[in-house]
Amino acid sequence: MEIKDTPIQNTEFRIQNSESRTPNPEPRVKYTLSRFRNPISKYILKRSSSCIKCGTCVKVCQFGVHKIYSAGPSRPKEALCIGEDCQIRNSKFEIRNCINSCPQNALTLKSNPAFCALGDYRWTPDLILSTWHQAETGKLPPAHLEYKTGASAGGFDKLELVFPKEVEEISDKDVSTTISLNCWDEKRPKVEIDVPWYGGGMSFGSTALNVMVARAKAALSANTFICTGEGGYPDALIPYADHIITQIATGLFGVREETIQRVRIVEFKYAQGAKPGLGGHLLGEKVTPEVAKMREAVVGSSLFSPFPFHSVYSIEDHKKHVDWIREVNPKGLVSVKVSTPTDVDMVAVGIYFAGAHIIHIDGSYGGTGAAPNIAKKNIAMPIEYAIPKVHKFLCEEGIRDKITLIASGGIRTAYDVAKAIALGADGCVIGTAELIALECVKCGNCESGRGCVRGIATTDPEFSKMIDIDWATQRLINLYSSWRTQLVRILKKLGMKSIRELVGRRDCLMHLDYEK
Amino acid sequence: MPKKYHIKPKPTPNRFVPPGKYVIIEQDQYCLHCPTNACVKKDCPYDVYTERRFDSAQLKDIIDYLCKGCFRCIQGCKNNAITRTLNPEYLVLGDEYWTPEIITSTYNQAETGKVPVSGAGYGGPFTGPGFDSMWTDMSEIVRPTRDGIHGREYIATTIDLGKKLPFLKFDEERGLISEPPTLIELPMPVIFNPLPFGVLSQEILLAQAQAAKILDTFMIVNSIDLSPEILRYQNHLVPLINEVAEDKIRGFVMVEFPDQDDVLALVQAARAINPKIVTMIRLKFDKGVVARVLELTKGGAEVIHLCADEQGKESDATNPRFIKEMIRQVHLSLVEQSLRDRVTLIVSGGIAEASHLAKAIICGTDGVAIDLPLLVALECRLCKNCKEGLPCPVKLETIDAQWATKRMVNLMNAWHSQLIEVMGAMGIREVRRLRGEIGRAMNFTDLEEETWK
Repeated sequence: MEIKDTPIQNTEFRIQNSESRTPNPEPRVKYTLSRFRNPISKYILKRSSSCIKCGTCVKVCQFGVHKIYSAGPSRPKEALCIGEDCQIRNSKFEIRNCINSCPQNALTLKSNPAFCALGDYRWTPDLILSTWHQAETGKLPPAHLEYKTGASAGGFDKLELVFPKEVEEISDKDVSTTISLNCWDEKRPKVEIDVPWYGGGMSFGSTALNVMVARAKAALSANTFICTGEGGYPDALIPYADHIITQIATGLFGVREETIQRVRIVEFKYAQGAKPGLGGHLLGEKVTPEVAKMREAVVGSSLFSPFPFHSVYSIEDHKKHVDWIREVNPKGLVSVKVSTPTDVDMVAVGIYFAGAHIIHIDGSYGGTGAAPNIAKKNIAMPIEYAIPKVHKFLCEEGIRDKITLIASGGIRTAYDVAKAIALGADGCVIGTAELIALECVKCGNCESGRGCVRGIATTDPEFSKMIDIDWATQRLINLYSSWRTQLVRILKKLGMKSIRELVGRRDCLMHLDYEK
Repeated sequence: MPKKYHIKPKPTPNRFVPPGKYVIIEQDQYCLHCPTNACVKKDCPYDVYTERRFDSAQLKDIIDYLCKGCFRCIQGCKNNAITRTLNPEYLVLGDEYWTPEIITSTYNQAETGKVPVSGAGYGGPFTGPGFDSMWTDMSEIVRPTRDGIHGREYIATTIDLGKKLPFLKFDEERGLISEPPTLIELPMPVIFNPLPFGVLSQEILLAQAQAAKILDTFMIVNSIDLSPEILRYQNHLVPLINEVAEDKIRGFVMVEFPDQDDVLALVQAARAINPKIVTMIRLKFDKGVVARVLELTKGGAEVIHLCADEQGKESDATNPRFIKEMIRQVHLSLVEQSLRDRVTLIVSGGIAEASHLAKAIICGTDGVAIDLPLLVALECRLCKNCKEGLPCPVKLETIDAQWATKRMVNLMNAWHSQLIEVMGAMGIREVRRLRGEIGRAMNFTDLEEETWK
């Protein structure tokens, strides 16, 4: 495939926010190759030595799998091959495909054994490859990959969007995906983001600095935010200060007055979905000298944040906390990140009355850099139950339009974003999806040893060099752009001009187990 | 303040290499024979290819166990000569209840004694049968929380074995008339059941007894297994006996009787010989379990041990119920009749991992008795070859008692820490308060009902 620059086909993606102080460069989709030599494909296509270089396969294939150079045919680009689907369709319409049209029968197609060794129930191999494809090309994944849902047999994977049969034609330009993060506070700036998601908290220490900077640059160009996590605010992020959320978590690592004053949004992390009721974990080997300096800790000693905030044991204490930040940063918005206990609805209302602008609920199947397996699987409820519960209760209390409800914890695809919004959230926070775009394989070894050996969740001097900032930024911009394109399509099919119309529209969803 | 309960784990390596989840396939026909220093195998960040060796005991390469699945060699090889796939040997471990994940995680906990921690979010199915359809609660902001995991706040896991009086009687001089029955404090809500199968040598039995002593818990033991060596740990043994005779119960603090028609008479007889002894009645989970538990409790039973099969199912039923539901029924019927504190419930069967322990207590039991997890800690593959007289793949017969003791203690330490994590998240400081706290758990069917219907 050739390298092409295609500007994103919309105006909304450009900066709209009058309060924003840095001009955003227009995000452009650019073809961004994998860092690795061999892409992982769903199928294996082998060309035997009986090939006579006739070029039939090149003519037949619509997907650019085959190429013949003067020296001979190249190795088939298996990652582009749609495999068995191609055969089925072609036999029906009697169109030839490369395998049955090869005069020498030199081509064989097999499924790739490594494909099924990738990912898990929630992040299926299909989802990982399709996210890689979107990060590479910025376009919709090819048809042979299931890019909308996973295989966990519950929650988002059992929900489907229902589209009306006839809708008014809306042009792409008229569809808005902007959401507001400040719904009530007139004394503070109106902060709007152009896409209904922002990047979740990933601390310096759990992820590489290059990854953080790349996320910040991508957030800048898409006019959204990323969160620093609880490991402090590295100086390398200062140029993107308007698109950074800084986190105050229970360990208070790296929390300083100047970092709080520098940002437009401050996030309190009470709990994290992957390990609800437990503090952050950063195991000793990942506490390198730089990390230790930032966190004011000892090199090599494991950092377990306490749970909970030892100064917050009630909503009143929480209000004191929020007041403190509102005082320190008179222009900043306050976001409160909580996990999903049975009474998450009560917690949410309390958070609003304490003066927060954003409620961020993190469901129990969310990502993490390190968490006990028992907590990931068993503690607190999945986000699919929490969103409607909180949304309903906020509506009943008459404050739904005064607060921004952000959901996270298992948002893997653009379809998950749409479903979460239809369940009642205003927007989403994504984390794992961004890392998958940077070629995470979800092997689950982020916490151990020197961290991620693919250079993502590590601060090891050797591994963290594997990520180039510009490469990573472009991969993220591509993913964002593809997601936005999908969201715009979904909204058009629903006949909606703005993502805000979709909030709480349960009638746009169908649960496969209970309806029809 | 009672002494804090603390278990000291000691890393104890596996004797046999467990199957890895993935298998590396090196396709030599595609190898280009690059110079050694240019080969991707040289660059393996985990040194898998340099540390691999041929295990002469198992006659296999250990690479699949070492591989962490980062895909770097697979994606880096110049001619795509390396690939990998799911390891069939891993997939066939155990059965649908004792999944390969549970078994390999138990090996890991028995080896390190630590709570299994990993990166990335949960990747399993959304929900599942049995205990998987239940989530435990957590507290934040509006409810008090506890920080017990790193010892910042003490969370007690002690339960009492025995019956409690509904009220105390005093005479006119305010002297106590009622005689409070013996209560045994168990610092962790787990006791050991006899191992159901396996090539069980004297060493394994001894290890189980030693582990019970180190953990300050009890081991139920079949009376034929009571050898002089085992009897050195008499304070931690619970003999399983059918009849009462002075020489059979002398020196024990607890005895267990299998349920039979005159079992309450046995209880009386034992108490007549030794008024301090605590008796336990072993009962099968079956159709009549609720009625029988009520009957026994009213008749003065102290501890009732309810046994399900190894998958946690009811016995002799065409549509067997799972322990989660059965424990709730038993617990609630006792509560309704105001009898719950008169009796201690112990449940066994189907408790495969630490989360099951916590969830069983939430459903209403006081503690659990475990057997298979202890066997798996000794690297049992649950193949049940031994039942057919075939040789054991991990040579259980050659196990040394010291090694086995450490493995069991390690596993229990990991479970203890995980129980504390679950309780800390819920803000509960006493495992006795966790019993029957179903309101602090979330049920799949309830949530589905509430959300989608």
